[in-house]
Amino acid sequence: MLLALPLLLAAEIHVSAAASLMDALKEIAGNYEKASADRIVLNFGASGMLARQIEEGAPVDLFLSADEARMNSLLHKKLIDPESRVSLLSNELVIIGSASLEKAGRIAIGDPATVPAGTYAREYLKKIGMWDRVQPKLIPLGNVRAVLVAVESGNADAGIVYRTDAMVSKHVRVSREIADGPAISYPFAITANAQSHDAAQRFLDYLRSKRAVAVFRRYGFIIR
Amino acid sequence: MVSLTVRTAILATILMTPFGIAIAWLLARKQWPGKSIIETIVALPLVMPPVATGLILLKTFGRRGPIGAPLHAVGFDIVFTWRAIVIAMAVMSFPLLVRASRIAFEEVPLRLEQIARTLGAAPMRVFFTVTLPLAKRGVIGGILLAFARSLGEFGATILVAGNIPGRTTTVATSIYNSVQLGQDADAYRLLLFAVVVAFVAVWSAEAVNRQRQRLRT
Repeated sequence: MLLALPLLLAAEIHVSAAASLMDALKEIAGNYEKASADRIVLNFGASGMLARQIEEGAPVDLFLSADEARMNSLLHKKLIDPESRVSLLSNELVIIGSASLEKAGRIAIGDPATVPAGTYAREYLKKIGMWDRVQPKLIPLGNVRAVLVAVESGNADAGIVYRTDAMVSKHVRVSREIADGPAISYPFAITANAQSHDAAQRFLDYLRSKRAVAVFRRYGFIIR
Repeated sequence: MVSLTVRTAILATILMTPFGIAIAWLLARKQWPGKSIIETIVALPLVMPPVATGLILLKTFGRRGPIGAPLHAVGFDIVFTWRAIVIAMAVMSFPLLVRASRIAFEEVPLRLEQIARTLGAAPMRVFFTVTLPLAKRGVIGGILLAFARSLGEFGATILVAGNIPGRTTTVATSIYNSVQLGQDADAYRLLLFAVVVAFVAVWSAEAVNRQRQRLRT
């Protein structure tokens, strides 16, 4: 009983979050830990990969996805608490790199199969009728930050990332903002197997607080 | 993708074999300054995290890397192409080849080499007519193991070659893809392939080794 007491007071909240949330969320989690006894353990990756980990029983309390599709797939499998689900943030795609999509020899995107930024990019490329043309030049990567790095290092001539990713890099140039891209939405939800539903709810509430929202906004996220 | 994996692994094995044999022989037979350093460096990929080796390769062969940049300038790219797969495979499997060959060379009695020398054979001739034939089984075992290790390379490959369907996806990265996507049936098929190939390679390497021991006794 006594041994369990500190565990009850201070929870460890395991958060699986889309790679694009990395910088903003690290700052927000740091702020939260200063104000609370809870500890936040962050795990970043492609939302599709994180969703798979949750399906396989990974110990995750809170899932912050970069698209609704991945969250829906977990919802259908009854792996998230639908009551807790909120969609707070949005984002926009940008084209980065030294070359335009037409001129680039290699275009890095997130792997559309697991990376929402890649799924959005594919949607956009299809919409403007370029998908078939650029396909031989595409380099699908494991998460959106890998795309940023590939363009930063010059290993890809162009890439499609979120505006927020381009903002955290000092080394990439945004060659075009995509204002007419697909609607991007970041759903957050508590998992069905959360260790401590209450603690996860506390952090989720904090993510919606004025202070956290200000951080998201500063990193370039669009608040819905 | 199976064919790409096999072809790149064969190429990697062919490329590393002359170097591996040369280094193994130098380590087994010669004393030279810096030997222990080279010995350690050659073994590193065996114990370092494959991803760390991959990172070094990425920085070296990337378009802004010390080797990648000049190659890119003449229109030759490594990173994110099949060439990167070959390099990753060769670097990662090299230690296995060198270790096995080195032991094989060390087992060749010096006396036989000396006799050949006194009979007037030049050092190169001694190597190709005495040392190498006698060390053959160990060297072949090493080549087989290195080939098998190449087929399964993942950690360094995914960093330098990426995982581009139809172009740089290998059996190992494809297993990873399938698991990520929840396509377990595909993953199991490739798993079976990987297990069978690994089994055959290790079994043949051991078989060669067993023959060697029988010959010696």
